[in-house]
Amino acid sequence: MKYGVAVIGGGVVGALICRALSKYDISVALLEKANDVAMGATKANSAIVHGGFDAKTGTLKAKLNVRGTELMPEVCKQLNVPYRNNGSMVLAFSDSEAQTVKQLYQRGVDNGVPKLEIIDAERVHELEPYVSDEVKCALLSNTAGIVCPYELTIAATENAVTNGADFLRNCEVKAIRQENGAYILETTLGEIEAAFVINAAGNHSDEVSAMVGDDSVKLVSRRGDYYLLDKSFGYLADHTLFQCPNEMGKGALVTPTVDGNLLIGPSAVDQDDKDCTDTEAEGLDFVISKAFKSVPAVNLRGAITSFAGIRSHPTTDDFIIGWSEKSEHFINVAGIESPGLSAAPAIAEYVEKILLGKLECSLKESYTLSRPAPVRFRHMTKSEREALIKKNSAYGRIICRCETITEGEIIDAIKAPAGARDVDGVKRRTRAGMGRCQGGFCGSKVVEILARELGVDKNEITKFGGESKIIYERTK
Amino acid sequence: MLNYDLVVIGGGPAGMAAALRAHEKGVKKIIILERADSLGGILEQCIHTGFGLHYFGEELSGPEYAGRFITQVYDTDIDVKVDTMVLDISDDNVVTACNNFDGLLTIKATAVVLAMGCRERPRGALSIAGSRCSGIMTAGTAQKYVNIDGYMPGKTVVILGSGDIGLIMARRMTLEGAKVKAVCELMPYSGGLTRNIVQCLEDFGIPLRLSCTVVKTHGKDRLEGVTVANVDEHLKPIPGTEEYIPCDTLMLSVGLIPENELSKNAGVELDRITNGPSVDEYRQTVKPGVFACGNVLQVHDLVDYVTEESQIAGEGAARYIEGERADGEKVYTEGTNGVRYIVPQRINKNTDKDVKLYFRVGQVFRNVKLTVKCGDEVILSRPKKKMTPGEMENVLIKTDVIKRLPADSKITVSVEEA
Repeated sequence: MKYGVAVIGGGVVGALICRALSKYDISVALLEKANDVAMGATKANSAIVHGGFDAKTGTLKAKLNVRGTELMPEVCKQLNVPYRNNGSMVLAFSDSEAQTVKQLYQRGVDNGVPKLEIIDAERVHELEPYVSDEVKCALLSNTAGIVCPYELTIAATENAVTNGADFLRNCEVKAIRQENGAYILETTLGEIEAAFVINAAGNHSDEVSAMVGDDSVKLVSRRGDYYLLDKSFGYLADHTLFQCPNEMGKGALVTPTVDGNLLIGPSAVDQDDKDCTDTEAEGLDFVISKAFKSVPAVNLRGAITSFAGIRSHPTTDDFIIGWSEKSEHFINVAGIESPGLSAAPAIAEYVEKILLGKLECSLKESYTLSRPAPVRFRHMTKSEREALIKKNSAYGRIICRCETITEGEIIDAIKAPAGARDVDGVKRRTRAGMGRCQGGFCGSKVVEILARELGVDKNEITKFGGESKIIYERTK
Repeated sequence: MLNYDLVVIGGGPAGMAAALRAHEKGVKKIIILERADSLGGILEQCIHTGFGLHYFGEELSGPEYAGRFITQVYDTDIDVKVDTMVLDISDDNVVTACNNFDGLLTIKATAVVLAMGCRERPRGALSIAGSRCSGIMTAGTAQKYVNIDGYMPGKTVVILGSGDIGLIMARRMTLEGAKVKAVCELMPYSGGLTRNIVQCLEDFGIPLRLSCTVVKTHGKDRLEGVTVANVDEHLKPIPGTEEYIPCDTLMLSVGLIPENELSKNAGVELDRITNGPSVDEYRQTVKPGVFACGNVLQVHDLVDYVTEESQIAGEGAARYIEGERADGEKVYTEGTNGVRYIVPQRINKNTDKDVKLYFRVGQVFRNVKLTVKCGDEVILSRPKKKMTPGEMENVLIKTDVIKRLPADSKITVSVEEA
């Protein structure tokens, strides 16, 4: 296999870069070591589009955050991905935190963040009646929003594949060598040749960079634990509610998700293992105690799941994006911790620009930047549903009863470009299994549909690839 | 739009019994809407025996118990639609459902019986730390894989929670050749039936660890083991008691939750303890013409009681369809002092039948007295050798007692020292 550009890493950053490059008359591949896109930091984070007042003025983080937040609504519209401009607040609970809020406001202004205001406690309660009475004031960021990070990544990948890019799953890069001016990527799928390589390997981008002799990327793996609460608790917050930041991050937040759940978290614990997303009891306890501080009515009775994500914290404290100093056609896109999701559309734009400085190419005659909206039975009116089922009766069979997901939607998710190959892939694309019963009822039906559509035995279907088998051999 | 006298939502034991009783009482147009591909509900995967001892006086398997009702249903002119999911019940009892042969169905109903059953509490609700790998599933899901699909969901198993499904699955997995290493129960007592502890654990030498829980799951792709720990009287893990148990499967049997999304959306008021609708003695909810029975109303221990309860609801629906209205004076029920809840939550004073109050206790009681009172008046008091949270209890209140109680008074059931 031979490509003009190989993008390593199917997270939100890699997928959006791949999408940006799929407009051009070059061959592009997105290499992902897991069985699906969005399997690393992308699938487990706060799902927030930050205003852009956190990062130090003048840093890449600051610039790309502000630009990314500006681009995000349009990108989500093109890709038909849920996004909501709900705004965010940084809550101050003491006089010293009120000072911090003032500093953040000033930094935001310096960073070019529009529509920031400091509001008093009364206004906070007008907007967010469930915030603790202890609140003194808050920084209101009107451009902030929420987005579904894995849907964004899935949609960007689908869009790229539609434009002709290749998505290579289960393709882990083990080593990189150079031959005749090209890179040879030694992967679990064999050797792949590429003229240019973009390293968007997330927590492993330091290792990938080192494969071309560039050990300048230094990362720390920082784990964050989260709780996701049932939709019946979604009313507790409309804005994303931050606490004042400290040296380990932005503090625990309480936020609605685009699907109407309530998300609380994260903790921030540095760990050696880059891939271990086990939650820890201490981290979960930390999250809940912090969340209580902002919104006392948060109740763990509503918890439907907990999870942890790893963000790769760069020791330089800024995104590492640019040509490697050690390898001529190799771009590092590393250390993309928060506000990485917010910045992702801007990172793609930025990488596209620097790549085009060295790579000559022109736009394809025909390409699209939009991804058609997937069928969402649950959001349809009665007459739309009627017409849909008439067209294809598979949309009349409800598989996931908690979220009202039809068989038709699951088949679509499997058949889509870069479609689902496992149960979690179906879940992220359709929400089947994401509701209150967490797949208790529909899990086995999803396994059945996957097996049927992929033409394999049910016991070959996994939860998320690899050895994550769900069932073994037949009973006696 | 279709028109039916009675729409029954759910074709498990509750829905079938309600439909059949309504049919017996003369209701003409009845339809059962079932989301699975056949009638029978969860009984279809309960291939063990133990069903029907009270109702039929014989010991049947789940499919046999269900089968008797399925035959009866198909012997009548009750309409049945399987593979059909109800999406909505409107204010005026218009039921919207869909399937892949009729498309979208709207049915105007005079009365509706809610019989959607319950679901299992998933892992997320427990906040167990650790890996989100495969191999962690509810006992009911595992039961479906083994008994319906014919696949083994694991080879070495730890079960958390000693609810009946967990106990049944401990035996089932053992019989299929898996090694069940332990059943851990957070509480100092099991939430399951005594007969299941004996027949499913003790007979197979499977250890039941009381006051013990899973504190962490381990594994990258598939589960590789769990850490269990003993808990103190506040149910908090005791440091230093952790033990690692290698296993590829963690099954959860940690409680059942009535499935009341439809009911809630339809404006039916729920009881905070049962998580089921609040009902009168005919199982009518606060919404006129909407009845509820079976595990959607309260989680039962035995299907026999589901049948009994559903027959009451079926009769109630029939009376409603004939024009009887429950709009007279009421008395209310309340569980106190060890009694967690009572179903029904209210009784029409003009009721023409004795009323059985069903309830569960919140802990294990030995040699106590069960007392039913209204104000200071003791209606009845009886000694009880043993009561456990795993077993549903009931007391019968006579019609004449109900009739003479003041309107809006409260009947309390409590546990007292003998």
